[in-house]
Amino acid sequence: MRQYFSLGFLLALVVLVQLITQWTDTAFYLTQLTMSAYYSLLIIGLCTIMGYAGQISLGHAGFFAIGGYLSAGLTTHNLAPFADNAFASMLNKAGLLVASQDLYGDPLLTLHPWAACFIAVSTALLIALALGGPVLKLKGHYLAMATLGFGIIIYRIAMATPYFGEADGLSGVPSFTLLPGVTVSGDFGARTSNYYIAWGAVLIGMLLLTNLVNSRMGRALRAIHGSEEAAQAMGVDTARAKLLTFVLSAGYAALAGVLLTHYNGSIGPSEAGIMKSVRYVAIVAIGGMAHLWGALIMGTLLNFMSLRGLFGSYDDAVFGCILIVIMLFAPEGILRLHLWQRFKKDKAKT
Amino acid sequence: MALLEVTNVNKRFGGLHAVNDVTFSVEKGMIKAVIGPNGAGKTTLFNLISGNLPLNSGKVLFDSKEIQALQPHQIANCGISRTFQNIKLFPGMTALENVMVGRHTQSRAGFFAGMFHLPTSWSEEKEIRNKSLELLDLLEIEQFADAEATSLAFGQQRAVEFARALASDPQLLLLDEPAAGLNIYETAEIARLITKIQSQGITVLLVEHDMSLVMDISDEIVVLSFGRKIAEDQPSAIQKNKEVIQIYLGDDDA
Repeated sequence: MRQYFSLGFLLALVVLVQLITQWTDTAFYLTQLTMSAYYSLLIIGLCTIMGYAGQISLGHAGFFAIGGYLSAGLTTHNLAPFADNAFASMLNKAGLLVASQDLYGDPLLTLHPWAACFIAVSTALLIALALGGPVLKLKGHYLAMATLGFGIIIYRIAMATPYFGEADGLSGVPSFTLLPGVTVSGDFGARTSNYYIAWGAVLIGMLLLTNLVNSRMGRALRAIHGSEEAAQAMGVDTARAKLLTFVLSAGYAALAGVLLTHYNGSIGPSEAGIMKSVRYVAIVAIGGMAHLWGALIMGTLLNFMSLRGLFGSYDDAVFGCILIVIMLFAPEGILRLHLWQRFKKDKAKT
Repeated sequence: MALLEVTNVNKRFGGLHAVNDVTFSVEKGMIKAVIGPNGAGKTTLFNLISGNLPLNSGKVLFDSKEIQALQPHQIANCGISRTFQNIKLFPGMTALENVMVGRHTQSRAGFFAGMFHLPTSWSEEKEIRNKSLELLDLLEIEQFADAEATSLAFGQQRAVEFARALASDPQLLLLDEPAAGLNIYETAEIARLITKIQSQGITVLLVEHDMSLVMDISDEIVVLSFGRKIAEDQPSAIQKNKEVIQIYLGDDDA
């Protein structure tokens, strides 16, 4: 029950922030808040596998990139020259292709964003399934190393494949009409609606995950975190539970990648970079590991500050520092320091 | 018909023959103990039964079904539950939540039902909670239900582990050195709890160091030495067994 109250509070806060930006004429903040929301979507997914099930992943930027890049590639590459191809014409008849014109008035035939999104997310899920099977047998540092290796591979593929634009990445990604009237796009006029779309996605994502961690399977995940051997002895199929959670979190990452790419209209290889994965892991740690709300709050706050450019060119260094400080002084996360209670206690003493 | 039959079980670690051709069986409803000096292979034997270690040869039959090739979680689903020598409670979870995890084999709700909070899982969740509270009550630790499990006293933690193991409605309960690390009062308390568990119709197989506990509560004892079974009898007979006295107290001539 408590989680519904918190979700209601979040919804109210989201609306309030939008109204404040409207009244104070600072609507430009909404752009970064929208982007932060998508990053937070990835982070709450990572929090489930890392914080609750206790399985670290340094490859989640990879899943984000799989989602973003595939969706970008499939919706930007022109299929017009292949229109006569049997497969392409079959797709066209199925209504999965969109015909338009490019800047020079030449015909442009691309995959519908929904179809691209479906392919991108399912590819990420399948890769997570194939990767997680063998890799999740590893523990601790070994798992971190293996997922790091996966992240490097995805980064290098993005950097080296002409289809994905190599070092330039892909741009000109079209807007994504989720439902009639609900379009993910970076258009100036669509800023407010996109803010609500992004936070709507986060709210739904949070609803599903808070339900999950408070359910029978959620307890099983926390049990795996505590002692895999004991969890098995209680009849928990730990390998299956870990794999499904890993795949679920990869799905969140890929969906975040798809939506953010359509919002930005572009994606570059830095989104697949190792430092991005490290950043996500750092944010989950700052949020308090097994703490979805902590991950969401810290994810939004830090990404917002980073996107506003508050950390300047020291961006990655700041996240590195935060990680060290948190590990040393607040391994339970900032929100579990109970600063307010300490403050009250100190006051009572004096 | 025996509930658990262990037949010619062997386990080698390199050159060490940790469990050597051990055969015994556990009848329904009894408390059976496995004793032996340090390094006799008791815990190894235990881990072979619970599926935590693969065996080299031999058979383990539970309820006339071969279980030696199954994974630990599958064995748990067959109706065997266990506790650990060095208590393995789940940190960061309350005593009640720990016991609720033990109810895993008796409930169904999966990822989908959990994420969408399907109405089908509501009554199940309620049942899990009530059953777990009932077990905390049975083991006389209901007042600690909402305390973090790993913050409790050692003896209480052991009781929580018992409750967690019982939550799966097991037919057979495996207790790995239940008195390890406990003082004599706590040991007497645990002995009482074990007989209480037996009175619920649950068969108990325990590995133990503490002779007083074993002699008081077991119906039958298996004695291991260097991986071999050297005796199997009732406690009174074991106490008089020459070979057992020899391995525990040493040779007269030595």
